[in-house]
Amino acid sequence: MSIETTNSSAGEVKPEFWRWQENCWADESKDWRSAKVITVGIDVGSVSSQCVIVADGELYAYNSMRTGNNSPDSAANAFKGVELKTGLTLDDVHMVVGTGYGRVNVPFSHKAITEIACHARGANYMGGNSVRTILDMGGQDCKAIHCDDKGKVTNFLMNDKCAAGTGRGMEVISDLMQIPIAEIGARSFDVEEEPDAVSSICVVFAKSEALGLLKAGWSKNKVVAAYCQAMAERVVSLLERIGVEEGFFITGGIAKNPGVVKRIEKILGIQAVSTKIDSQIAGALGAALFAQTLVQKQGPCKPVALAA
Amino acid sequence: MIANYGYKDGSGEYYISIDTDKCISCEAGRACLTACPKGMFESMVDDYDDEVVCIKAEFRRNLAYDCAGCKPSTGRAALPCMTACTPAAIKHSW
Repeated sequence: MSIETTNSSAGEVKPEFWRWQENCWADESKDWRSAKVITVGIDVGSVSSQCVIVADGELYAYNSMRTGNNSPDSAANAFKGVELKTGLTLDDVHMVVGTGYGRVNVPFSHKAITEIACHARGANYMGGNSVRTILDMGGQDCKAIHCDDKGKVTNFLMNDKCAAGTGRGMEVISDLMQIPIAEIGARSFDVEEEPDAVSSICVVFAKSEALGLLKAGWSKNKVVAAYCQAMAERVVSLLERIGVEEGFFITGGIAKNPGVVKRIEKILGIQAVSTKIDSQIAGALGAALFAQTLVQKQGPCKPVALAA
Repeated sequence: MIANYGYKDGSGEYYISIDTDKCISCEAGRACLTACPKGMFESMVDDYDDEVVCIKAEFRRNLAYDCAGCKPSTGRAALPCMTACTPAAIKHSW
């Protein structure tokens, strides 16, 4: 894969190993013009922002990109991506629901709903109504959620005090090891024997511990294996607090990292439900589905214009 | 719904759990709002349009310190929030 670069102040080109693939998709087999109800979900997270279009209750298009330096622009840019891809404008949309850390700063949304409720609703769509336990490994927090067969939350907890067990923690290790973030999972299995976990409490400690292990002669693959194990142990301890039921589903960027997912499955002794849909859009998808239900109950909302 | 507010860090797990099913039809007149000496509880409408109590956002990452006044290491009395909550919707993990 190609590694994007930035120019440092000294003018040298610096590869960005942490940079994950942004993604814009639309279902070519459908035409939004024939849909009766079109709703939008915008998830402005601390690291990534997503816009999802739902047409008559079905996923139609999405855009997933890195969050910029302010929430309103990130929300607008996420929408502009799908607007460009599909030709759909806000005038064609019946309701917009914002979610995520920046949900109250989505200028064109009609309602804000917490990411906990939206992830549960999105996971229910992506993994089916047998999903009961959801682990959302977000950019700067981690959530464990229980839901019922309709995707309604029955129990949740969130840890946003510490970056251990989050996507940002993985980005830090990716940059430190100079391994593209998309390759970390596969490389963590390329070891002769599974190492013990590094610190699972703090990314700063994990980073210094990882440097120490490299100096002690460990291979990069073995160090990332130890970090993936630490991350798995960390999130499993959160999950154990609310209990894990069959119908286990993982959302968020880390769900794309088999190095963490397989280790979580091994510790828990259960397989995560798989999906072909991008795990990062679960929150925005849930928001769009909430909007769909609200339009059916209350009728469509007047469109709010995008800022120039 | 069981809503867990708090965190886990290197020193332990600090969560206050609120059973919103018991909280919705509060028989104690939301006494927890005034019982907490730090004023950590507030009323809100949740994502399913139910009026429930939650922990204020500014306290959620400091529970170990903010609750310390009610949790002396010796001679600990019943917690004011749990005592006020007669439906027993509030629990502390530590």
